[in-house]
Amino acid sequence: MQKAAKVLVFLACLAPFVWLAIRTLTGRLGINPIEDLELTTGIWALRLLVITLAVTPFRRLTGWNRVIQYRRMFGLFTFFYACVHFAIYIGLDQSLAFGLILKDVAKRPFITMGFTAFVLMIPLALTSTKGSIRRLGRRWQVLHRLIYVSAVCAAVHYLWKVKVMIGSPVYYAIVIALLLGFRVLWQLRSAKLMKTQRVTA
Amino acid sequence: MLLKRSPDIPASEITDERLYLRRREFMRIAGGTAMAVAAAPLLACAAEPAGADPAANGGPFDAPGSPLTGYKEKAVTTDEKLNTFEEITGYNNFYEFGTNKGDPKAYSGSLKTSPWTVKVDGLCSKPADYHLEDLIKPIQLEERIYRLRCVEAWSMVIPWIGVPLSKVIERAEPTAKATFIQFTTLLRPSQMPGQTTSVLEWPYVEGLRMDEAKHPLTILAVGMYGKSLINQNGAPIRLVVPWKYGFKSIKSIVRIRFVDKQPETSWNISNSQEYGFYSNVNPQVDHPRWSQASERRLGGGLFNSKIPTKMFNGYGDQVASLYTGMDLRRNY
Repeated sequence: MQKAAKVLVFLACLAPFVWLAIRTLTGRLGINPIEDLELTTGIWALRLLVITLAVTPFRRLTGWNRVIQYRRMFGLFTFFYACVHFAIYIGLDQSLAFGLILKDVAKRPFITMGFTAFVLMIPLALTSTKGSIRRLGRRWQVLHRLIYVSAVCAAVHYLWKVKVMIGSPVYYAIVIALLLGFRVLWQLRSAKLMKTQRVTA
Repeated sequence: MLLKRSPDIPASEITDERLYLRRREFMRIAGGTAMAVAAAPLLACAAEPAGADPAANGGPFDAPGSPLTGYKEKAVTTDEKLNTFEEITGYNNFYEFGTNKGDPKAYSGSLKTSPWTVKVDGLCSKPADYHLEDLIKPIQLEERIYRLRCVEAWSMVIPWIGVPLSKVIERAEPTAKATFIQFTTLLRPSQMPGQTTSVLEWPYVEGLRMDEAKHPLTILAVGMYGKSLINQNGAPIRLVVPWKYGFKSIKSIVRIRFVDKQPETSWNISNSQEYGFYSNVNPQVDHPRWSQASERRLGGGLFNSKIPTKMFNGYGDQVASLYTGMDLRRNY
């Protein structure tokens, strides 16, 4: 039962990629196909990032702890879509002109942000195995807080990409801010609780 | 040099046009509708005898996408490959209908462009409200195949049909004080759903310096690919200034006003750091957030590399002299 649920979630996460591949192979991309590929993969990376970040607040608020077992899959799918997004930028958008790409990364704040968001995910993906979690112990959690920085960079990347900051990029930025804000509030609350407990003890 | 033919209009053509105008007057009188001669241009069209000119009643501008005839083919052209009708009508920035590229095609269908009146006013001796037909018909229509370079670093090649803006300006007889022109787009939120959002200040406004407006490359387009403009491309009448970024070429124009100072323009109001009044295509002056050195010519499929952007979008030979001595980095 649990295994079946996992397979279903896996397939659901993969579906946007499969659909995009079908559209690509059957020539059903938009009039600017490279932009279509970049936008679609970018938005799915961002959506899965939001889902990944939502796992903990959701668990805290609902008490439904089993959701935690999907977090790694969401995180790895975020990384998967980010990889495809990055590969399309390098290979199709910039046609492998590495000189130009480096200049772009250094000079264009919105590219710098996207690039940073992506690079910060690499160590997280590499240390997502059970072995790594065991080996790193407490440090694993500290390391994986990098996802917060990556999320901020990803939100800004999207905001800075568009001509006017309105609509979808703003909504994503707000949702990410709320998800990160929840963690800050939760920390403050538990710190306060500990304090009062100490006082009353 | 990409242009095959200089767009300068020979003197002979101007004479032709005068004859053409007189012919119209003659027909009106002959038709027993002398009243029309004295009436405002708005009335003139309706009073013209039916059958004298099939375009006068139920003409091509009444129904977007109707065939246009009698235009001078390839008055200005290029050896580059044209974008397809589907590309030009399916990938648009027209925020009055939404901010996605497919929105104008999807949501512009309900816009009613007939009847259409263009107000020409401000600092001129012959201000008037023109029925669209009357604004355009006295002037020879020309096909102008231009490159269109969007500020977002993509481009197309589009076969516009239109009239030189200079002809419309001449007729209004602007005074010596008129140094700029401001253009205004239709404001009709009921048929332009984007205008119910605050993505930009509405109505959309744009402007040109008088010498830019009078330049022979600057046209008022009323058609594309042999047909009258369809809604997502700015029906029924729009500006096309091929050496400037696309957003300068304001769509669905209802007002042309002669003014004595640099008018406000929508994108400049929205973000003056990023969008200046001039907005000439310039590969050396980047947008603050992205490079303008190259562009993607749409229609090339998945493995379509970017091409270098040309100064003034490749029209430098004709327009660079307008900006002699100006710092184009400051006047972006």
